[in-house]
Amino acid sequence: MTGAPAIDVQGLTKRFGAKTVVDGFSIQVTRGQIHGFLGPNGSGKTTTIRMLCGLLVPDAGTGTCLGHDIVRESWAIKRQVGYMTQKFSLYEDLTIGENLDFVARLYALPDRKAQVKAALDRLGLAHRRDQLAGTLSGGWKQRLALAACILHGPKLLLLDEPTAGVDPKARREFWDEIHALAAEGMTVLVSTHYMDEAERCHRIAYLAYGKLLTVGSVPEVIAGAGLHSLAAEGEELGPVRRDLEGKPGVSMVAPFGSRLHVSGPDPVLLAQAVDPWRDQPGLRWQAVEPSLEDVFIHLMHQSRDNFAPGTATGGTA
Amino acid sequence: MSGDRFSPTRLLAMVVKEFIQMKRDRLTFAMMVGIPIIQLMLFGFAINSDPKHLPTAILSLDQGPFSRSVVAGLQNSAYYRVEWVAETRAEVDAMLDRGVVQFVLTIPAGFGRDLVRGDRPVLLLEADAADPAATGNAVGALNNIVRDSLRHDLTGPLAELAQSQPPVDLRIHRRYNPEGLTQYNIVPGLVGTILTMTMIIMTALAVTRERERGTMENLLAMPVRPLEVMVGKLAPFILVGAVQVTIIIGAARLLFGVPMLGSPVALVVGLLFFITANLAVGFLFSTLARNQLQAMQMSFFFFLPSILMSGFMFPFRGMPQWAQTIGEALPLTHFLRIVRGVMLKGNGLPDAWPNLWPLVLFLLVVSTIAVNRYRQTLD
Repeated sequence: MTGAPAIDVQGLTKRFGAKTVVDGFSIQVTRGQIHGFLGPNGSGKTTTIRMLCGLLVPDAGTGTCLGHDIVRESWAIKRQVGYMTQKFSLYEDLTIGENLDFVARLYALPDRKAQVKAALDRLGLAHRRDQLAGTLSGGWKQRLALAACILHGPKLLLLDEPTAGVDPKARREFWDEIHALAAEGMTVLVSTHYMDEAERCHRIAYLAYGKLLTVGSVPEVIAGAGLHSLAAEGEELGPVRRDLEGKPGVSMVAPFGSRLHVSGPDPVLLAQAVDPWRDQPGLRWQAVEPSLEDVFIHLMHQSRDNFAPGTATGGTA
Repeated sequence: MSGDRFSPTRLLAMVVKEFIQMKRDRLTFAMMVGIPIIQLMLFGFAINSDPKHLPTAILSLDQGPFSRSVVAGLQNSAYYRVEWVAETRAEVDAMLDRGVVQFVLTIPAGFGRDLVRGDRPVLLLEADAADPAATGNAVGALNNIVRDSLRHDLTGPLAELAQSQPPVDLRIHRRYNPEGLTQYNIVPGLVGTILTMTMIIMTALAVTRERERGTMENLLAMPVRPLEVMVGKLAPFILVGAVQVTIIIGAARLLFGVPMLGSPVALVVGLLFFITANLAVGFLFSTLARNQLQAMQMSFFFFLPSILMSGFMFPFRGMPQWAQTIGEALPLTHFLRIVRGVMLKGNGLPDAWPNLWPLVLFLLVVSTIAVNRYRQTLD
């Protein structure tokens, strides 16, 4: 059984009214891995996660989660999966301890008190045990939510943007904890908008407009995009940017402070586009490895052209 | 600076925004239009504080022409509708106790003979006066009805009987509430209305709150069955309801001297089904409402006909048939009959049964719909 993937789904599709939110999504997630799930807002990440844990019934597609059919055996899946919702969804008018007690009782955990205490200790919540959840800051709420979803010892964690709105230190501690859990054999599927978090995953999948665009390890994804990048460094980047945008061979121009990333799929066309600016005084050009962010923005632009004219979202993948 | 003054442009911005939001909130809009219409229909057509055609039983121990005239006179009157002619005392007592009839008129043996002799025989009218408002006018009209109905018979040598003092000795017996105290009727009824209000609102909000705060998603992701959620949510409120009932009934005795004549067991059984029925309604609303405001509005929609059409505020039998049919579908109607029957009339379980099974039926229907409406997914 250990060789079988934790998640193995084919062709998952979900429609809300006339809108297809997830379209033919297929993925295999190996046990014990941390799998990142990226994509702009509204790309279907949350809907996909909800289908995996039985909160939504797919309109088409089949698959298994921990060996259980996602449509017919959602009850068995719920017992073995920990799901952390995007929005804090524990009870704000209960204390940390009461929330965890409630969850422990729902899962009918044997030796409830010891389990709750262990979870409190593990996430450093013990001294705040009697504090109302509603009065916690974002970082502590996130720890509580994680404690609640690992309480019953799930084999698979589904985390939906767990670190949104959390400060960098708390994010780092959170990710250390995720790695510790994975080391203990837990499989983790985590959606995120942060590139640094994506780079901490064993594998990543990129979703846009309901379709899975790419999947693999970070180097694989970057290589697979077939993107070439040039970076310009200098003071007056505005005119350069305006000129290059939309030029043949340039698929993306993105400013990063005093740097400008120019990317395109064809290195020759890209070089031709940039040539007029090569010898501009005060500008230094160099070839760079495209970043994950370059790749994602490139993929997003491509997919927008392909599937969804006019439904651009404010995603900063 | 123009920014300091009252600005019509900013005022317009607020007004336009409010109208847009009002248009989006369909339920609120429906309430603003619907409530006046419903109130108008209820008060205009359904509610009548002078009920007529009240069901009446005759215990006739005299079969002569005079007693037939009295019965015919009653039948022709606007206030009484003779539905039963009984043979024994026990029969009519049971009918009054169970609220099947509002009045029993007893025509004594030898009524005709005594009338002719000028002995002024006694006609006994027993009224179910638990609700004093329901019987007042009918009782007041009885004297004239009897005199008019006998006038045709009392002709010739008997005519003088019709002239002088009343030919019969009419005695009115106000059962269950001899002094006609409104509190006797209202206070037990309050048990029902207060329970309806609090139970429905509390449960309707309790589940909607989970959805509004987003905790529902977490709950659904965990292994818990709909029935467990429903019963678990409702159970604490049964206790709350029990406390409310204890307070009201205790106050009824101590402050208003309302008696408790019947079987406490019947009352407890009735309460249990009534409370659960209301909780089920609240749970059903919470599966329909998208937010807490809507849940409140739905509760109000249910509460309004409940107090107006159940017989709590106005006599049930004063309403036209269509309104009585609606009233029969409300749990409060049946509970009022149970609680008044037990407290004022000394009802036991068998007497309460005709109003218990409708509560049970209501509970089954509503909770079946509610459990089916409750989604185990977010679809």
